[in-house]
Amino acid sequence: MMAKKLDKVDVVVVGSGWSGGIVSAELSKAGYKVVTLERGENRKTADYTGVKDELRYTNRFEMMQNLSHETITSRNEINETALPVRTQGEMMAGTDLGGGGVHWAGASYRFDPYDFEIYSKTVERYGKKKIPEDMTIQDWGITYDELEKYYDKFDKMAGISGEEDPLGPKRSSDYPNPPMKETPNLRLFKDAAKNLGYHPFQIPSGNITENYENPDGQVINQCQYCAFCTQYGCDFGAKADPIVTVIPAAKETGNFELRTQSYVRRVLHDGGKANGVLYVDTVTGQEYEQPADVVVLAAFTFTNNRLLMLSEIGEPYNPKTRKGVIGRNFNGQYNNSHLGARGFFKDKKFNLYMGAGALGATFSDFQADKFDHTDLDFIHGGQIEIRQYGDGAIASNKVPKGTPKWGPEFKENSIFYANRNLNLWYTNAVMSYWHNYLDLDPTYKDDFNDPLIRITNKFTDQDFNISKFGIKKCKEVLKEMGADIIDEDEIPKKFNHVYFGGHYTGGVIMGDNPETSAVNNYLQMWDVDNLFVVGGSAFPQFGGIHPTPTIGALAYRASEGIEKYLKNGGQLATAKDNSSTA
Amino acid sequence: MSDKYDKDNEKDVNTNDKDGVSRRRFIKNTGLVAGGVVGGSLLGGVVTNQWNTTPDKDTQTKGNKTTPELQDARMFFSRKEDFEVLKAATERIFPEDDNGPGAVELGAPYFIDKQLAGQWGSNAKAYMRDPFKQGKQVQDYEHQDRDQDKQGPHSDTQNPTPTPRYQTRLNRGEMFIQGLRKLDKESQDRFKKKFIDAEGDQQDEILEAFEKGEVQMKGVEATTFFNLLLQTTLEGVYADPVYGGNKNMQGWVMKEYPGPRAAYINDIESDDFIKMEPKSLRDYQG
Repeated sequence: MMAKKLDKVDVVVVGSGWSGGIVSAELSKAGYKVVTLERGENRKTADYTGVKDELRYTNRFEMMQNLSHETITSRNEINETALPVRTQGEMMAGTDLGGGGVHWAGASYRFDPYDFEIYSKTVERYGKKKIPEDMTIQDWGITYDELEKYYDKFDKMAGISGEEDPLGPKRSSDYPNPPMKETPNLRLFKDAAKNLGYHPFQIPSGNITENYENPDGQVINQCQYCAFCTQYGCDFGAKADPIVTVIPAAKETGNFELRTQSYVRRVLHDGGKANGVLYVDTVTGQEYEQPADVVVLAAFTFTNNRLLMLSEIGEPYNPKTRKGVIGRNFNGQYNNSHLGARGFFKDKKFNLYMGAGALGATFSDFQADKFDHTDLDFIHGGQIEIRQYGDGAIASNKVPKGTPKWGPEFKENSIFYANRNLNLWYTNAVMSYWHNYLDLDPTYKDDFNDPLIRITNKFTDQDFNISKFGIKKCKEVLKEMGADIIDEDEIPKKFNHVYFGGHYTGGVIMGDNPETSAVNNYLQMWDVDNLFVVGGSAFPQFGGIHPTPTIGALAYRASEGIEKYLKNGGQLATAKDNSSTA
Repeated sequence: MSDKYDKDNEKDVNTNDKDGVSRRRFIKNTGLVAGGVVGGSLLGGVVTNQWNTTPDKDTQTKGNKTTPELQDARMFFSRKEDFEVLKAATERIFPEDDNGPGAVELGAPYFIDKQLAGQWGSNAKAYMRDPFKQGKQVQDYEHQDRDQDKQGPHSDTQNPTPTPRYQTRLNRGEMFIQGLRKLDKESQDRFKKKFIDAEGDQQDEILEAFEKGEVQMKGVEATTFFNLLLQTTLEGVYADPVYGGNKNMQGWVMKEYPGPRAAYINDIESDDFIKMEPKSLRDYQG
């Protein structure tokens, strides 16, 4: 069947999550004709109203990618055969309108200034020897101060509710809404942290604390702390997500067309210029060619990488020569991050069934390079966090170590401790390495017989050591909180191919050198001026905290770049020859 | 009969619980589990009428638990004997005790039957293409300690049980049928009797052998089947009653879990534990 060629538009955007949603809103507001393609289904708040169903959303992954059509393959070592990640229990990636921006928890931090200049600042303070040979961290090609105004834009669009981190980076304006409520367990955590000399504060939240109208005129409602938040769409339109903010803002311009169930297969290009995209309407099977002046890949990390590889754009990364850029520096926070300890309280009972995705408290004393690493066997850091998501009845089966996994003792303890346990974790940063990367799988294919993306990923000493440090701190705080039993998380020795949490990034990373980065600091490809690749795929390594506002800020930055390109054309950044990496 | 569960009340440190009678007995005697707010708190006027549901006679449960509900029939397991093994196994995993009913009374086996009859049981959203390589052929995934699966971002909302790497061509329904028959065969081999006729300790011994992967199944590790059995049993105990388990919300009652609610904004700062009569999706959706 021949692809049907459609009329050219100014901008075609692939993906409708935070990245695609922000780019769509900004460019359609600026008067450009935008078509956004979403592989999933159309969604609105009504889809998430009245369906507070733990089994369906948490255990059966209602809002996650249907892996029967397409998944990823995974291995630890370069010489292993990768196997497909087959079930949704092993792989979490959002789908449908709004993408991961709908099911997210709402934790809305900024990365630390250190993150953006991690290579330079680490060398400056500790010397080159501090960075292991295997580690391929690099500066982002943009500083925190340069990115701050885009963070500010994201915070205001999303109505972020928070209070200032006493040790946090400089902000140009206060949070648009006050912080979330302080519950007894959060107070217990904060008091303990203060006693130990730390600086706790409420987690900045995308669950909005007051009815809020954002600068685009979109309204976000007040969070009800209903507990059905992370992995759910919001019942009340009270979580900042693309379907209550940027998508309607784009629609109101009259310049925006959304096409759902539209699965993009290729970026069409010749002579170093992108001409548009080839996509399939998954309802009819009809193929379409959508020409555009600018192509924006704003899908999930895996899709951004895979579309570039399938379309043969940019030089694929080769781990043997360590040359090439597409697929380089795959990174992310999954099961070697967010380890900590769980405290069990015999005489204290908390309302753990109440909560919200970003309800919690934290301190950043052990974040980034705020503490001296001279005598430590790792770089960077993270935050100690306590969260109150609102435990579902299936999830709240936490028992002290030594309890059998089933039978009478399990039943007794799981019921007794259901509302008597608190978890702390360390949101540690994850560095990049030459041996962790993405390419196309030689064996496994998708519905259209295109190769799946293959992940090669293993843990390192840095991962182990930073987790060990964080777990110790979590334990210290839980002890001060008066927990009767404290169980430490075990640090996995080997990556077990479970992709949980949605925080996988890199592969199309940004920087100031085309040898080591795929996109410049406007997320514009060095190789193709009219192709922008926006999203977590641009992270050269992962910061010490949750990623969403950074992804949002980069999308605002990219939007500005796309507008500049549409006006003037050309490369928007100057490549530097002096490599900022080892 | 119901008095045996009154311990639930004795060890409750809840300060807001004003109902003097056993919650279990209360629900049984009155049949009122929906709409009424007992010893809990009201929603505080923050929600619209959409969520202000009144007791609905359709949602009131029968006081007499011996009356089977009409949806309690097998739709996946054609052989009754397979289902009987399932019942016995789930009850060992989540037994009746002083806290309250076990897996069978809570309807977990029917829950599992319904799950396997649907898209999840046939792995409709899983990647099921060749080549399949069993764990041991490539790496010994199945026997790794899986505790770390409970960690990572959002671990609090993760599955209660570990997730072994799924590398079998069997779908979940097929895995269950083979696994249950293997449980029975193992009992015949070890004790010369059917699994359902074995003593509790003997049943536990067999289940432990599956948990540790000591039993050979065809095309799948016994551990994988056991973990699936464990996961679905707990889901059947605690998932919303709409799925056929958690009968009369008695799983939630044991855990003092209130079910889906519109709002806790007025309660969440409370220093005391607040116990609410549970409501189900049926109540919530109105």
